[in-house]
Formats: sequence, structure tokens, C-alpha cells
Amino acid sequence: MSDPAHPLKETASQTAGPFVHIGLAPLDAGVDVYASELGREIAGPDVQGQRITVTGSVFDGTGAPMSDVLIEVWQADADGTYSGAHDNPSGFVGWGRVVPDFKTGVFSFTTIKPGAVAQPDGGRMAPHLNLWIVARGINIGLSTRMYFPDEVDLNARDPILAQIAPPPRRDTLIAHQRPEGYVFDIRVQGAAETVFFDV
Amino acid sequence: MKPLSPRDRNWHPPALAHAYKTSVSRSPRMPLLSLSQTPSELTGPTFGHDSIGALDHDLLRNYATIGDPIGERIIVHGRVLDEDGRPVPQTLVEMWQANAGGRYRHVNDTYLAALDPNFGGCGRTLTDAEGRYNFHTIKPGAYPWPNGPNSWRPAHIHFSVFGTAFAQRLITQMYFEGDPLIPLCPILQAIPDARARDLLVAPLDMDATIPFDSVAYRFDIVLRGHRSVVFENRPEGN
Repeated sequence: MSDPAHPLKETASQTAGPFVHIGLAPLDAGVDVYASELGREIAGPDVQGQRITVTGSVFDGTGAPMSDVLIEVWQADADGTYSGAHDNPSGFVGWGRVVPDFKTGVFSFTTIKPGAVAQPDGGRMAPHLNLWIVARGINIGLSTRMYFPDEVDLNARDPILAQIAPPPRRDTLIAHQRPEGYVFDIRVQGAAETVFFDV
Repeated sequence: MKPLSPRDRNWHPPALAHAYKTSVSRSPRMPLLSLSQTPSELTGPTFGHDSIGALDHDLLRNYATIGDPIGERIIVHGRVLDEDGRPVPQTLVEMWQANAGGRYRHVNDTYLAALDPNFGGCGRTLTDAEGRYNFHTIKPGAYPWPNGPNSWRPAHIHFSVFGTAFAQRLITQMYFEGDPLIPLCPILQAIPDARARDLLVAPLDMDATIPFDSVAYRFDIVLRGHRSVVFENRPEGN
């Protein structure tokens, strides 16, 4: 089924470049310009839910960590509802920006674990974080998801994971559980390349 | 939550563009997985005026402490629309740029051009009810970058836009009409269609200039539109 022609075409993407942090997380670039920066807190301290920490790195095709990336996180709350209002009185935004350490490339962020998300068709998606990755060398932002290793049953029934073939590639979207929290590495290219979506 | 039209991947630059060398090791090799859109893609964050400061869109004043930034004073303005031509109101538009000498205020930029003590290099605003935005700034300078032995970026401003769905998220760059570096830029030339490239080149807009103050450039930004057909498993589609 084809779409009727749109009168306009989407503006073409261009790389965010190495200095994306000036625009989207200026304090990380060393620029103190705004009274308050957006995306600093995905879920405030009073938000209900299991608090989690996610740590990881984004690797390029040579296996080197991409220390200049910026990642945006978009997630549902503990009940599986997307809210997204920046001024939500509960302190839950569900959206945030993650900048790695510029020397090591390691990122870390804290949030609450999302609930399973209801689909309009009545099904449910396993809990997941939606991630959008931009950087120098990335011409158009990369979309992926992080799923949870402790949701084996829901993951097995997840309609998105089910679309991934061959099945071993599904593992690239499932974080690892470590004593210090979840670990999720993203491989932009190469062996064990992360699955990215054309959303 | 109406589904979005598919992204025309042939209109955007491909992930791998050999002339843009950094893309070689930073481009996925496996095909993207086409995803049936779910609430995860069709919802997105929203922002209110209380989170934006009154000067955040004015780069002449949002960082300056001891005087004005050096450079050509310009206005950059336009509208955020979707592919159906509808304005996208109250959406967050963020921009960042080099100073007039081509230097970014970033801990990782080591270009020899001077920093400007009165210029931060970023701005943000929300579109109005008709999707309009505007920034007051200085024209950024061209600068060299380590792609080839003598590579220069044309003057440009980076833009980040949201829309209403996370799958509309877009980052792009705006260039300036008449810049002779434009045809030499492998980042812009990675876009295969000349029409798509031309839409990133903002024309001079004399109607929006402020006489004896600032010239103006016009840059409209188009986000993905919505499907207008009903799919059997998508009762919300239209």
C-alpha cells in the first residue's frame, strides 16, 4: 500500500558532528549558558519504580569506543505508559540525554525500569529503553532498543524481538546484568553489530 | 498516535559515504530492520516555555558578559512543518555553531582560531503556533577539519528538532547561500539528491532583515508526516 504523495520532503539529515554537546548538553562541552539543561534527569528521585543504572560504551567498526557520541533515551514509566512532559509533577520525564566520558567513552545513566508497553492491538512489548545515537561519522541518527535480561518470558513474546533474524542477533539488544547494574554495549559495526531499526 | 510515513532513506545521506572518512568505521553494515511503529516510536517528549529562558534564542546575548560577540550579525528564522505542510507548533529547536573565526567553544576543539569571550555558540527555542522559530546570532566561520589533507567545512549551523513522535527526531545542518565551499563538502555532498542538498542551503531573506542591524537567512525544516491510509492492523491510522 503506498502513501499518497506528500507535498514536502523531510529535511535531509546531516551528522551531529564532534561538537554536538555544545548544542544538546552544553555543560558537558564546557559551556555554561542555560539556567537549566534539558534531558539531565530521565526520572527524578521521587518517581515510583525500580531504580536502575545502565553502563556501557558505543564501539565503532575497529572496536574503538566512540567517546564523542550523544545518546537520547526515551522510555515508558513503571506502568508502561509514555508521558514525556518535561514538567510532569511526578518528576518522570522518560526522556534524557547521555554523554560518555570523553576520554574513555564509557557512559552511565540512572533511571527507573520501564513497564511492559501495551500495543494498540492488545499485545504487550517487553520492557525496553529506546535509544537514539548521534555522533561524528553518523550521517543519520541510529535507533535501537535495550531490553532487560531478567525479562526472559516477556522478551520471548516481544513482537519486535521476534522480527529479528537470525535469532542470535536478538542478543545484541539485551543488556547484561552485573552486580553494579545493567551493562549495555552498542556496536555500530562489525562482529556482533547491534540491530538498528528503520523506525 | 497516527503512524508516520516511511522515511525515504534514498533522500538522506547513506550511513556509509566513503568521501566522509569517519563514516567508514561508524556505519552499520547490516541492513536496518524495518519496524512496525509502536507507541515507543509514535510518542515523544514535550517541552514547555518554563524550561526555556527568555534569551536562550539570542546568541548575541545569551553568553556575552563584557561586550558583543565578534562577527556579522544575522537572523536565522523559518518554520518547522511536517511533510503535509502542517506547522509543528511548540516543538523544541536547538542549534549550535562555531564562532565568526570558525572555532567551537568545546573542550575538544583545538583549532587555532580564537575563542570569543562573548560567544557561547548554542541556542534553543520553541516554535510558535504556526511553527515559526528565530535565532539572532553571528555568522559562523568556515574551519578546517581532518578529513583530507586540506578539508574545510562551509559555514554551517547545526539544528536539532523533535516533532511529536520520537521517530521524527532529526539533526541536520544549515548552510549559507553562495558559500563556495558548499560543493567541496563531503558531508553535504553525501546527500545523493541535489534537491535535498539545496534545501539545506538557506537563502538571504531581505524581508526579515533588521535595517542597520542584521541580515537574515531563511531555513524551513520539514519533519516526517503521517500516513493517511488505514492499515488492517492499525485502526488508529487516519
